[in-house]
Amino acid sequence: MSRAMKWLVGVCVLMPLLVLIAAFLSGQDGHAVNLERVLFHASLAHPLGHDALGRDVLARLAEGLQLSLGVGIAVILFGGVLGISIGMLAGWSGGWLDAGLMRLADIVLSFPGILLAIALAAMLGPGVDNLIMALVAVGWVGFARLSRVQVLSFKHTPFVEAAIANGAKTTYIAFRHLLPNIAAPLLVEASFGLAAVIIGEAGLSFLGVGVQPPDASLGTMIREGTRLMLVSPMLVIWPGLVLFSLVMAVNLFGDAMRDKLDVRMDMTVH
Amino acid sequence: MLSRMISSRFLQAIPTLLGVATLVFFLLHLVPGDPVDALLGETAMPADREALRLALHLDEPILQQYAGYLSGLATGDWGQSLVDHRPVFERITERIPATARLAAVSLLLAVFIALPLGYWAARHAGHGQDAAAMGFSLLGVSIPNFWLGPVLMLVFAVGLGWLPVSGMEQPGSIVLPAITLGTALAAVLSRMARSSWLEAMGSDAIRTARAFGVSGPTIWWRHAGRLAAIPVITMFALQMGAVLGGAVITETVFDWPGLGLLTIEAIQRRDYPLVQGCVLIIAAFYVLANLLADILSLWLDPRQRRV
Repeated sequence: MSRAMKWLVGVCVLMPLLVLIAAFLSGQDGHAVNLERVLFHASLAHPLGHDALGRDVLARLAEGLQLSLGVGIAVILFGGVLGISIGMLAGWSGGWLDAGLMRLADIVLSFPGILLAIALAAMLGPGVDNLIMALVAVGWVGFARLSRVQVLSFKHTPFVEAAIANGAKTTYIAFRHLLPNIAAPLLVEASFGLAAVIIGEAGLSFLGVGVQPPDASLGTMIREGTRLMLVSPMLVIWPGLVLFSLVMAVNLFGDAMRDKLDVRMDMTVH
Repeated sequence: MLSRMISSRFLQAIPTLLGVATLVFFLLHLVPGDPVDALLGETAMPADREALRLALHLDEPILQQYAGYLSGLATGDWGQSLVDHRPVFERITERIPATARLAAVSLLLAVFIALPLGYWAARHAGHGQDAAAMGFSLLGVSIPNFWLGPVLMLVFAVGLGWLPVSGMEQPGSIVLPAITLGTALAAVLSRMARSSWLEAMGSDAIRTARAFGVSGPTIWWRHAGRLAAIPVITMFALQMGAVLGGAVITETVFDWPGLGLLTIEAIQRRDYPLVQGCVLIIAAFYVLANLLADILSLWLDPRQRRV
């Protein structure tokens, strides 16, 4: 890794961390409305100033950052477990079950991902749990296709056939023989997926179909900030910068993991 | 052979489109509880509730609703908007030109940035120029368009006053939305161009050409360029679909009156039939773009025609 790259990684990881630490140290409540301090400038106790309701911007940034990251991790966990289970089942059993499950995956992939998530979230109604559900409904597909292809490539290897010959149960083979062997590409998929989900969550919240006020997510903060852009542009700039560096950090992490685990992201095998 | 493969690809798209329509149909049934309650509130007049129930065909058994929905789609009867009672199909078609214009300009912009950048990076692979180009590309995929849009607006419309803030009427109003939408595309395409060019330069064909004494720009453009073009053109066609997803957000940021903005407006007004129509048409264009990508790569690369 070049020196410039290392600096880039450092800055990207540092920025979200710095926000969390600073918010912890300043100890402000991101929900405390103070109408005497609407759009008030920065001070020592409130280093990033106040928003349209006089709330502390730094505290809200820290809250939004945690929410965005939390939703992202939840979606990757649920979507990953669901997708890997479906993919392994499809790859292992083959036949009509495989055909049916992959047809379903194709249908989900026939929508631009963000559009389907927007439509699902809008129909399910507001709320973090519905937001997670909408993103999982789109996010499982990548894991399913990847784990199916991987299982197919290991299905007829000698060590798997030996396990079958020894009378091992299917679940035992899945957990002890298949999963450890297919884990590396799935981990890479998970880290790039996390970056995409974080942007997706913020996008949905920006459009108003995700996290609802008064809760802060980086997306809702950008949404609220754009309305006051002419008066105080920093209300848009800050959440965007934090989101951007978070996504960059996750993407760089994915890049590093791909190189380290030596995975070729090639899903064209059938 | 080729025409048979192309027609089989077309046939394969039909069940996909049917699946898409089915999922869109069931979207309305995802609304928790009774959609009529969600739209009118529980205190509405019984007569109004009944009228809406009839308009949405919710009084029929679900299979009959589904059959009616599909036959409606085929005959151009996509239902009526709940807000202004105009046909959904008409409301959608009048918004298509704006989105098509934005998508076309964004894609052109992306190509004009990505090809030279990818070439430059490949030519200087492993050096500073390469790192700079790929750094730009990483920046481009990581920057969310709902933030890039407002920032561009702040700098070029509000700060410098060079371009209009939003809307579609004034000259130059397409510039900022197109940059916002095109940046991520340019990032993905330039990465693809670089790696395909490098792969092509390492191929046996190029080694043979070198052995015959070809060198310089001729080998980069005429020989390697042709090989590298196949994945890049395929990727471009795939991006034609991806641009539609990005348009939903970009159009909302810039108040650009296209399909994306219509989708969001319909969602905000809970105009469910219109939401369904918008999602369906965008997904249909997306499927067509993917089909085009498939056919293009079959046409360009005879190696892929082997079964």
